Formats: sequence, C-alpha cells, structure tokens
Amino acid sequence: MIGFNLIPLLPEIFLALTGMGLLIVGLNITKEGRGKEAAEIVSWTSCASYALAFVVLLGISWQPQIVLNGMFKLDQFAGFVKLLILLGMMTSLALSVRFIKDEGFARIEYPILITFAGIGMMIMVSASNLLTLYMGLELQSLSLYVLASFNRNSLRSSEAGIKYFLLGALSSGLLLFGISLIYGFTGSIDYGAIQATLMVLQDIPFGVTFGLVFMLAGLAFKVSAVPFHMWTPDVYQGAPTSVTAFFALVPKLAAMALLTRLLFEPFSALSEQWGQIIYFISVASMMVGAFAAIGQENIKRLMAYSSIGNMGYALIGLAVGTQMGVSALLIYLLIYMVMTAGTFAIIMSMRRDGRAYENISDLSGMSQTNPVLAYCLAILMFSMSGIPPLAGFFGKLFIFEAAVAGEFYVLAVLGVLSSVVAAYYYLRIVKVMFFDEAGDAFEGGLPFARRLILCLSIVFVLGFILKPGVFIASTQGAVAALFAG
Amino acid sequence: MIEFPLLSVMTFLPLAGVFLILMIRGDREDVERNSRHVALFTSFFVLAFAIFMYLRFDPSTADFQFVEKHKWLPGIAYHMGVDGISMLFVLLAAFLTPICIVAAWDSIKTRVKEFMIAFLVLESFMIGTFCALDAVLFYVFFEGVLLPMFLIIGIWGGPRRVYASYKFFLYTLLGSVLMLLALLTLYAQVGSTDIPTLMASPVARDMQLWLWLAFFASFAVKMPMWPVHTWLPDAHVEAPTAGSVILAGVLLKMGGYGFLRFSLPMFPEATLYFAPMVYWLSIIAIIYTSLVALVQEDMKKLIAYSSVAHMGFVTLGIFSATTQGVEGAIFQMLSHGLISGALFLCVGVVYDRLHTREISRYGGLVNNMPRYATIFMVFMLASVGLPGTSGFVGEFLVLLGAFQVSTIVAAFAATGVILGAAYMLLLYRRVIFGPQENEDTFKMPDLNAREYGMLVPLVILVLWLGINPAPIMDKISVSVDHLLTNYNAHIESAQAIQAEGGGK
Repeated sequence: MIGFNLIPLLPEIFLALTGMGLLIVGLNITKEGRGKEAAEIVSWTSCASYALAFVVLLGISWQPQIVLNGMFKLDQFAGFVKLLILLGMMTSLALSVRFIKDEGFARIEYPILITFAGIGMMIMVSASNLLTLYMGLELQSLSLYVLASFNRNSLRSSEAGIKYFLLGALSSGLLLFGISLIYGFTGSIDYGAIQATLMVLQDIPFGVTFGLVFMLAGLAFKVSAVPFHMWTPDVYQGAPTSVTAFFALVPKLAAMALLTRLLFEPFSALSEQWGQIIYFISVASMMVGAFAAIGQENIKRLMAYSSIGNMGYALIGLAVGTQMGVSALLIYLLIYMVMTAGTFAIIMSMRRDGRAYENISDLSGMSQTNPVLAYCLAILMFSMSGIPPLAGFFGKLFIFEAAVAGEFYVLAVLGVLSSVVAAYYYLRIVKVMFFDEAGDAFEGGLPFARRLILCLSIVFVLGFILKPGVFIASTQGAVAALFAG
Repeated sequence: MIEFPLLSVMTFLPLAGVFLILMIRGDREDVERNSRHVALFTSFFVLAFAIFMYLRFDPSTADFQFVEKHKWLPGIAYHMGVDGISMLFVLLAAFLTPICIVAAWDSIKTRVKEFMIAFLVLESFMIGTFCALDAVLFYVFFEGVLLPMFLIIGIWGGPRRVYASYKFFLYTLLGSVLMLLALLTLYAQVGSTDIPTLMASPVARDMQLWLWLAFFASFAVKMPMWPVHTWLPDAHVEAPTAGSVILAGVLLKMGGYGFLRFSLPMFPEATLYFAPMVYWLSIIAIIYTSLVALVQEDMKKLIAYSSVAHMGFVTLGIFSATTQGVEGAIFQMLSHGLISGALFLCVGVVYDRLHTREISRYGGLVNNMPRYATIFMVFMLASVGLPGTSGFVGEFLVLLGAFQVSTIVAAFAATGVILGAAYMLLLYRRVIFGPQENEDTFKMPDLNAREYGMLVPLVILVLWLGINPAPIMDKISVSVDHLLTNYNAHIESAQAIQAEGGGK
C-alpha cells in the first residue's frame, strides 16, 4: 500500500493553506493601519473557510482508509467528529468577532490561532499512530495556550495562559512518557500494530499498563477530568470569554474522540485495566463538578465546573465500554456543545456601560430587564440539569441507558445522584434571574451572529424531542465504524 | 379510517394556547387581559374534549382506549391511551385548570402573561402524564411538570418562596431520577418501555424488589408519604392559590397513579413483600400529620398536612390490593382533588382580602360573609368525610378494603377520621365563628361573581359524587378488576413456583 493518497486529508490541508494565506493577507491589511478591520475580515473569511472545509469533508468518502503509511485514518467516526469540530469552530469564532472588538483586542492572530487549533484537533481525531496523536495534540495545545492569554493587557488572562501552559506542558510530558513506555514494550507506535501485539500476548507486560496509565493521565488533563482538572476553573475564568467559549465547545470533544479511538483500537485488549481508571475519573469528575460548582460566584467558573461534571457523564459512556456507550457519549457531547454555545452567547452579552460582567449576581432580576435572554438562559440551564422535555435530558437518558444495559448500576446511581446536586446550581442561575430583585439592564442587545446561534441552540434544545432519531442514527453510524475494525 | 387523536389534542392544545399568548402584542394591560382570556378559553376547550372523552369512554372493557402509537426513539414509542383509571385523572386535571385560571384572574398582578403560559404548560404535562403509555414518555411528562411548578412557586409565591421552590424541585427530582434508572433497567431486562408490554412481562423477584424501591422513591415523594412529605407544607404555603390548588388537586395524584400504573401490575411480588411497610407508613402519615395539623396556625399549612393524611388513606387503599381498597383509593384521590383544591380556593378568597393566612387574624366571618361560610362548610365537612359528600365514599371504601387485610391497620386508620374531624372543625370554628376581633375582618365583602364561578361547580360535584358515586365507580370498576385479577394471578403463579422449588 503506497500511502500517498491525500484525499482524506483534504479538509485539513485546505484549512492549513487558508490559515497561512489569511495570515499573510491579514498582516498586509494590518500594516496599512487597518488592524481592527483586518481582524474582522480575517475572522469572517476563516468562518467561511470552516464552512468550506465542512463541505469538502462531506464530499469525500468516509469509507475507512488509512493513509500516509498508517499515520492518518479517516472513517465515519472521525468524519462525524470532525464535522462537529468544524461546527464548533464556526460557532465560537462567529461568537467572538464582536466580543474581541468590544474588548479591544481584535487582532488577526485570533482567528488564525483558532484555525490552527482546529487543524490540530482534526488531526487528533484521525490519528492512527501515537506520533500523529502527539503532533495533533501539541498543535492544538500550543494554539490554545496563546489564545488563553490573548488579552495581554489583562493580568488574569496572562495568568490563565501561563497556568495553562505550565500544566499543559506537564501533561504532555506525562503523555510522552507513556508513549515511550508503550513503544518500549510493544515495539511499535502504530495503532494497528499495538493492537495486534497486545491481542496475542498472554499476560500484558506491566510496562504497557504503566504506559497506558500515563497516557490516560495526560489525556484526562485535556478533557479536564478529575483529578487533572485543576487548571479548568482558573483558565475558564481568566481567559477572555470568547476564548472560554471556544475551550468549552471544541477541544474537549476532540480530546474525547481521541481518547475513544485510543481505548477502543490499540488498547482494546486492555479494556479491563482502563475500564477501572475511566470508571474512577468519571465518578470523581461528576462529584467534583457537582459539589464544587455550588459555591461559585463567577459564571465562567461555574461553567468550568459544569464542564468538568459533564465530562464525567460523558466518560460513563466510555467506562461502559460498549458500542451503545460510545454512541451515547457522542450524542451527549453533541447536545452539550449546543447548550454551551447558547449559554456563552448569553454570557458574552452580559455587558453594561461598555464593560463585561461575569458574576452570577449580575444576572439578578434579568427576567424583568432582559426577559428574552433570561428565558433563553433558563431553558438552557434546565436543559443542562437534565429536565425533560429538553435536549439535555436525552443526553443523560442515553448515557444512563447504556450504563444500565451494561449493568453498571452503581455508576448509574452515582451519576443520577450527582445530577440532582448539579441541578441545584443550575437552578440558582434561574433563581437569580427570576426570583431576585431586578438590577440594571444589560445593554447593547445581541449582534446578529450571537442572536442566530442562540436561536439555533434554543430551537435545538426545545425541538430535540420531536426528531431525536436523526441524531441517534448518525452517531450510531459513526460509532459502528469504530467497532467494526 | 384515521381516528381523531383525541389524547394528543388534549395534551398539546394548551401548548397551542401558549403559542397564541406569545403572539399577543400591545400595551401591558391589553396583553394581560388577552392572555387571561386565551388561557381560560384554551383550558375550556381542553375541558370540553375531556368531557367528550368521558362520554365516549367504553366502561365495559379494561383495554386502553383512544390509543395512539407512533415511532419516536429507537425502542421507545409515542404511545398514548387511557383506561378507566387514568381517564378520570385526565378529566380532573382538565376540570381544575380553568378553575385555577379563574382563581388567578385578579390575585396574580405581576407578570400575568408568564403565569398563564406556565399554567398552560403545566396542564399539558399533567394530561400527558396520565395519557402516556410508554414509560419514558411518562417520565418526560412526569418530570416536565417540575419546570412550570418551580417557576409558579418561585415567581408568584410568598416570602419564603425560594426555599420552597428549591425544596419542591430537588426533593421530587431526587426521587424521579431513581425511577428513571429503574425504567432503564426494565428496558434492559424486558426490551421494551411500552407500559402494556411491561405489565405483561414481570421480571425476576430479586429485581422486582430493587425496581419497586426505586419507583417507590419517586412516587412516595410525589404523593407525599411520611417521612418524605416535608416539602409539601412549604410548597403549599408559599405557592400562590392557583398553584396550591393544582398541586394538591393533581400533582399529588401522580404519585398514586404511578403506584397503580407501575408498582402494582409490574412488580406484584415486590408489592406483596413491601405492603406491610406501606401500611405502617400510611398509618403514621394519617395519625402523625393529623396531629401536626391540629396545632397549625397557618390555614394553608393545616390543609397541606391534612392532604398528607388523606394521601395516607390512598396508599393504604392501593396496597391493600382489594377491590374496595383500590376503588376507594381512586375515588379518594379524585374527591380529594376537588375538596382540597376547593379548600385552598377558600383560603385564597380570604387571603385576597386580608393578605394573611394566620388563623388567629380571622374570626366571626359568618356575620359579614355568610355565603362564604356556607360554601366553606360544605368543603370542610366533605374533607372530614361526612356521608353525603364525596369525601365519605373514598374513605369508607378504603377502610373497608384495609379491614379485609388487617383489622389493626384499619383500626389505626380509622382514628385518622376522628382526628380529621377535630382539626377541620377547629379550623372552621376559629375562622368562621368565634369573636370578631379585628375591624378589618369585619369589613371584608362576601363572595363576588368570579369566586362563585369557581366554587359553585366544585360544590355541586362534591355533593353529587357523594350522593351518587356511580359515574366514577362505573368507569373504574372493570379496569380495577382487571388490574387485581392480573395481580393475584401473578402472585399465585409466583407462589406456586416457589412452593414447587421448596418441595424439591
């Protein structure tokens, strides 16, 4: 097999070329002294290029094929997740354009960094070699470190960037160490070869398990699962809100997909070992996410804990280790992404007198001052807490269905109990908006992109109940590919 | 022939009303007036459909009627239908909603539009709960009820509304999520979430015990049974009048309905196993909460505790698993829905005038509000269980059923009737008679036309059903027989298998 078929890489190549091209174009416009304008032009062009990449991705065949000498794999699973990644990139960039302008750090690097982070994530999802995995992950991470500290005039933002970088570097180190152990004990870094080696081994060498643990630790950091979650609240709070939105929407999805492929392809023989680890970090994430969020005052910090908790639920799907579980995981992440997009559209609109507000108490009495926004946020919060008939309920339903079908009863009970605790803090936001005295209104209204995204998100959350079959069918198709091989 | 989807229309008509209300534009007063009217007319339409359903209902069969089935999720269908048991609860919900909207007509002064929307959504979910024939669909409606109710208590409630709404929401949610897991386990075991299918295929005994407990957690909180009843007094006291009426009138009945729809037919062996526990919990509820009701200073709280006691009779009746017991329990639920709803309305009437629910602030109302006193008396006596009112029929049948199972249980339960008479008569004496001490109570006007409009239908129904319970009994008897025949058959076959296993 000569591995020089580049067609499966077309979307990535296309994005990389446009990213570099836009960098040059944008720099030229900036040099003419039209920096703000440049950022806007580059942002919208990047958005359009994501849309184009989306179309290209839909156009190419998703039949499983491995190219570049086993480095890169495109199958239905990768294709589906990449579609979601591109959607998430589009959404978060569209949300950002106005925000970075208002906050005064509209520079062309912003959309470019998002583009490169996106390419990294798409490579992560398609990795079929530990080297590709690491490359994709680092491309993503480096872009994200810079994005976190993008508002360099803000102390908090810089701090968030440094913190993220230091801890991220540490986790990358752990990951690399794990990879080297795996290489040492199996003699290969190719997914297929590792799988084949581990399949035939009677007892798994201790070093492989050890390496797997290190790799899982590194990856748990990327999905912000407990006990590697410490960076999340600080980075979420410190980073500019538009960047936080991006963090919440996309990278976790990519990391989760990467983790899924890693566990079910090369390490499928070790499912007993990693099953326990995932079980533990899933429970721990749900609990920490639920309890630690209760005392939060800052809404971005709250969303950080909420994302930790939600990753815990998603990990249930992995811990169960069945096809049903993974397809529940994908649909859970999809629903979570849509809800988060809507929520951040609202958080970004918490502005008054040209200043962004981010405390929960600033939402006080919003149902009277900004009723439409308040109702939207209430719907999203109820959905996040998993109350039917909203979409969030169905995410949890499928996850718990998979858990119960796999006879993981204790995990399921812990899951629902922590969801009740989590409901408490989601309700608090509703309470502040609806039951408390009205404060000052938020000003400025919603720019078109934000309004569109919020509308779509609400329609999805309310309407999911009507046609759930569409999404379920597509996730099941995607996951089937993973289990066929 | 395509049948008219009666149940779906009834379930989703209120949502159409919500849509209409959202369309209303104009200045504030217009919007408020129009949304009141839209809500009222929508609920009247639903009531008309419900009456139509009642008339068309065929009481000679225990099969589900007006069935609709469509594909929805993989393995989970949109399946609606009613039998003799659920049909009457649908009617109850459809009947109480317009009354609540009338009750809220003047007393809700802020955010009227939102209130009406919340109420219509609530009506939609309530009717859906009773019509659903798929367990997941049932759960969606059952749990969805929390959303509008949380907002109704939290936005339009009294001073401690935040605490009460949280407590209501989290208590109920905690019970319900366990039920959700049990539903999913059933799905994994049986391969279907279709309620009729689940009824026909009981699971193994050990599994039954666990699942029964999970369902019990949800329904016991909703009911509410002692010791998980503590959310109810808070929720009732803080909720606006209309919210209290619907809470006592319909939401509590979802618990009892759940026992009849899930616990008895699906887990017969577990039901038999746990029945003694339920008896004692019921008896504690009846006696303890009656005693607590005796010392209440707040009218709504007193009625809330009386609700817990009355629901104790319901659980007792259901788990006696005798024809009289179950029929009595259903009757008691319906009649309690009317009576306690009416009592909360009566409290609302004086609360609107004096803005306090403290019993000691009132007294001597019979002088200036004689008509109010008369109507209040009817409901008070109905709540006590005076023969000739609907309250008597249910209580009597339940005691009859309980007596067949255990004399002691029936004897304890019967003391509840006496205590019930004590606290209700005491309440009536202190509010309606007694010295008239405060000048402002003396100035309160008697009932107006709107208040007549909401109370008189209830008076008529309470008396009519008390004198002639046939319209309800005829509809439920075949379904209840069917339920108990199946229940006993399951128990017998299980015991036969056990005996066989023991003999070996």
